[in-house]
Amino acid sequence: MADLTTNFAGIRCPNPFWLASAPPTNCSEQIMRAFDAGWGGAVWKTIGEPITNVSSRYSSVDWAGQRMMGLNNIELISDRPIEVNLREIAEVKKCYPKHAVIASLMVESKRETWHDIVKRAEDAGADGLELNFGCPHGMSERGMGSAVGQVPEYAQMITEWVKEAARTPVLVKLTPNITDIRVVARAAKRAGADGLSAINTINSITGIDLDTFEPRPNVDGKSSHGGYCGPAVKPIALNMIQQVNSDYIDGPPIPMSGIGGVGSWPDAVEFMLLGCGTVQVCTAAMHYGYRIVEDMTDGLSNWMDAKGFATIEDFRGKSLPRVTEWKHLNLNYKIVASIDEALCIGCQLCHIACWDGAHQCIHMDRVSGAVDGHVEVHAKPRLNGADAIAVTPIAKLDPPKPHAGPYATSLDRIPRVDETECVGCNLCSLVCPVDQCITMVERPTGLAPQTWAERTASTTECAPPQIAG
Amino acid sequence: MNETAVGHPEVAARFPDLHPAFDPRAAVVEANRCLNCFDAPCMGACPTHIDVPRFIKKIASGNVTGSAHAILEANVLGASCSRVCPVEVLCEGSCVMHGRNEKAIEIGRLQRFAMESYYDAGGKLPLRSRGERTERVACIGAGPASLACAAELRQQGYQVTVLDRRPLPGGLNTYGVAEYKLRAVDSLREVEMIRDLGVRFEVRDVNAAALASLERAFDAVFLGVGLGAMQRLEVEGAAHSAVVDALEFIAGYKTGERLSVASRVVVIGAGNTAIDAAVAAKRLGADEVTILYRRQRENISAFDFEYEHALNEGVRFEWGTLPTRLEASGDGIALACVEVAMGVDGKLQPVEGSEFTMECDVIIPAIGQSPLLELLSQARGVTIERGRVAIERSTGQTSNPKYFAGGDCVNGGREVVDAVADGKRAALGIAGWLGTRAEVNHG
Repeated sequence: MADLTTNFAGIRCPNPFWLASAPPTNCSEQIMRAFDAGWGGAVWKTIGEPITNVSSRYSSVDWAGQRMMGLNNIELISDRPIEVNLREIAEVKKCYPKHAVIASLMVESKRETWHDIVKRAEDAGADGLELNFGCPHGMSERGMGSAVGQVPEYAQMITEWVKEAARTPVLVKLTPNITDIRVVARAAKRAGADGLSAINTINSITGIDLDTFEPRPNVDGKSSHGGYCGPAVKPIALNMIQQVNSDYIDGPPIPMSGIGGVGSWPDAVEFMLLGCGTVQVCTAAMHYGYRIVEDMTDGLSNWMDAKGFATIEDFRGKSLPRVTEWKHLNLNYKIVASIDEALCIGCQLCHIACWDGAHQCIHMDRVSGAVDGHVEVHAKPRLNGADAIAVTPIAKLDPPKPHAGPYATSLDRIPRVDETECVGCNLCSLVCPVDQCITMVERPTGLAPQTWAERTASTTECAPPQIAG
Repeated sequence: MNETAVGHPEVAARFPDLHPAFDPRAAVVEANRCLNCFDAPCMGACPTHIDVPRFIKKIASGNVTGSAHAILEANVLGASCSRVCPVEVLCEGSCVMHGRNEKAIEIGRLQRFAMESYYDAGGKLPLRSRGERTERVACIGAGPASLACAAELRQQGYQVTVLDRRPLPGGLNTYGVAEYKLRAVDSLREVEMIRDLGVRFEVRDVNAAALASLERAFDAVFLGVGLGAMQRLEVEGAAHSAVVDALEFIAGYKTGERLSVASRVVVIGAGNTAIDAAVAAKRLGADEVTILYRRQRENISAFDFEYEHALNEGVRFEWGTLPTRLEASGDGIALACVEVAMGVDGKLQPVEGSEFTMECDVIIPAIGQSPLLELLSQARGVTIERGRVAIERSTGQTSNPKYFAGGDCVNGGREVVDAVADGKRAALGIAGWLGTRAEVNHG
C-alpha cells in the first residue's frame, strides 16, 4: 500500500491533494467538510482587507456537449473580515491538527502591513503561507495580485519582507500572465521563498452572448477580463511548471505545488512527474464537490502500487529529464502509422485528416489497388457513398452487399498508410476514435542518432544564412 | 369518408409518438456523439443521400436552420422520412458506432428534431432563384414520389401540377402510415410546404381518357401512382362485411372514421403493413389480435423491429397457418384454418388432420397490393414488366420518353424514402430531357 503522506517544504499532510485558494476554501465549515472527504490540505481563500464582489462572477467554456472545459472568474479575495478568517483557521487547526492549512495572503505593498498579517496568520495556527502574487483581475488594478507577480523586483521585495517575519514555510504563487514565468520564480528564490505554487489563473474572456453582445460573465451589461482555469489550462500549467522546475538560475529548483486543471489522479501524477510535491485543485471541486478526492487518493495509491512506487518521492520529477530543447531531439528516429484492420470501424477520419491536415499518405485504395509514392498519383478524397443508387434493403429481394476482406469492416472502408510518404506526425492516431487502432511503429533508419545541435555543429549544410556585410 | 376528422383527439390519444422527439439539449448531446465520418456510410445507405454528418454537426453548432436546409437539399420530405424510415436497416444500421459496440447515432430522431424545429419556427422550403420556365409537368399521384418530383421541378422553375383521386394529398404518408410514426396532419403540413413553392394540386381521378389529354396538355408526365387496391383474400366466404383490407382499415382510423374495433381481430399476412394493422387494432381496443402467416418467423417480410414492436403490443402470431373458409357464426365469424408445412417439392402442403377453427369478429387481409395495371396499360408506349413500370434507373425515364416514373409503381412497394429518391431522380431526368428538347427546338 503506497504511502501518500507528504512533507512539502516542511508542511506535513496526509496526502498531496490540497484545495487551492478559492471559493471551496472560503470558511472553516467548508474546509472541515473537505478534510472529512479526504483532502490533505487547504489553502485558505486569500485573506486581506475585505472587498466587495460583483454578480455574476463566473463564466465557462463548454465543449462538445461537456460543461466547464474551462472556468473563468472575476471574484476577488475573501470578502470576510480578517479576524473572522483567522479565528476560523484556529478552529480548523484545533479539530484537524494533521491536515495542512495554508493561509493565502494579499495586502497592500507596505512592509509593516505584511509583517502584521504574517504574524497574525501564524498566530492563528496556519501551517504555511502562500503569497498571492497572481490574481489577475480587480486586485491587480489596486497594485496587488498579478501587479506584484509581473514585476520581479516587487515580488522579491515583498517575499523578503514576509521572510523577515515568517516562522512557517512561505510559498509564492506565480502568475502565468507574464512572458517568462521563470523570471519571477527566480526572484522568489532570491528572496528565500521555501516553495512555489503555479499557475494562477490566465487572463481570459470566455465568450460573448450573440443576442445581447454582452461578454460573459455579465455584470449589468458589462464584463471584465477574468482568470481562466479548469481542464483547458492544464497543458499550459504543465509547461510552465516544467520550465520553472528545470531552471537552475539563482539556485536549484525549490518545492513546487502544482495548480492548473487538476481534476483526477492521472492529472496529479503528471504534475508530480514534472516535479510537483503537492497539487492544488479548484475547478473540479467547484464542479463536482469535495467527494472527487476519494478517487484521486485511491487512484494514485493503486497506480503507485502497480508501478512499485512506495512514496511520491520515488517518482517525483521522473519526467523532467525527458523534456528537452527541440534541438536535442533525435532527427534519425522514424515512426510510421500502422492501422489495425481488425479494430478499424471505417470512419475514415484518419484519411481526411491526413489529406487535409497533414501529409496526404493515408489512402482509400485497398480494393482498387495500392499505389505507393508521391501523392500526385492519387485521386483527391471523394465521397463515394453519394454516387450509387441505394434502396431500402428488403431481405427477400436484396442480398446483403458484398463484404470485402476478412475484417468486420469491409476492406473498401479501411484506409491504408503509404509508409513511403508517412512522416510519423501522429495526427491520424490522434483523430482515430478507436483506442489502439492506429499505433505509431518504429521503422529503424539504420542511422546513428543525431540531433539538430549535433548536425549544425558538424556541418554547415543547414546553418542559418549568412548576411553579407 | 370524413376527411375533416384527420387528427381526431381520440386517435391522437390512442396513437402517441412511438419515438418521442428530442428535447433541444438532448439533441445537442446526441449530435456531439456523432464522429463526423468522412464519406459517411449513413449517407451512402440513405436512398436520398442526405449528408448526415453535415446536418448533425449543424445541430451541434446551434445552426438548426442550416441543418434543416442540408436535409431538404437532399430530401424534400425530410420531416416525414425522419419518422417513417426504417433507420435500423438504413442510416443507423450502417453507423460505424456498431463497430465499437456502441449504440448507433440516433440519426432519425436528430433529423426529426432539425425538421420540426425548423417548421415550428416558420421555416419554409428554401427557394432557388432560377427564374420561371414555361414547360408544364403533370405528376400523377400525390404520394411521396410525386411530391419529391414536383418540388424539385418547381424549385427549378417548371410549372407543375399534381393530380390525385383522393381528397387529401400525401398518398400513403397521409393515409397509410401508422399514426404513432407519422400523423396525417404532419404529412399534410409537409405537403403545404410544397404547395407554397407554387406546385398546383388537383383532386382528379386520372383514368385512361384523362391520361390521354394530360399527355397532350403537358410537356412531361411523371407516374407516381403507387400500387392499387390490396389483394383480395381468395377463400370461400371472403365477401363477408367483417373482412376489411389493411390499408382501408388504417386509412379509416387515420381519417377519424374508425375509432374502435371489435374484440377479436385476425390479420392475415406478416409484412410491415400487416404489423401496422395489427398494432392499430390493439390500439383501437381489440382484446385479441392474431396474425396468421402461412410460413415461419424467419420468412416474414416485416422488419425485425416491426415484429418486435408487434410482440410488445401484445399481438399473437400463428405460424404455418392458412385460412381456408369463413362463415358467420353467432355474432362473429368462424375462420377455418389449416396448418401448412413445406413439402419435399418446396411447396407448402396442408398437414393432414390439422384443421381448426378460429372465432373472430374482424378479418384484415394484408397480403400485398396489386399493381394498377389497368391505368398503367393506358400510358401509351410505356413498358410494364412483371407488373412494374420499366424505367431507366438513373433518370426515371420510361420507354416513352415523355413519361417518367418512380415510387411503388416502379419498385413494387418499398419505403417512403425510396419513393422520394425516385421522384427526385426523375425530376432531374425530366429537367435534363426538357433541357435537351428545348435546345433541339431552338437550335
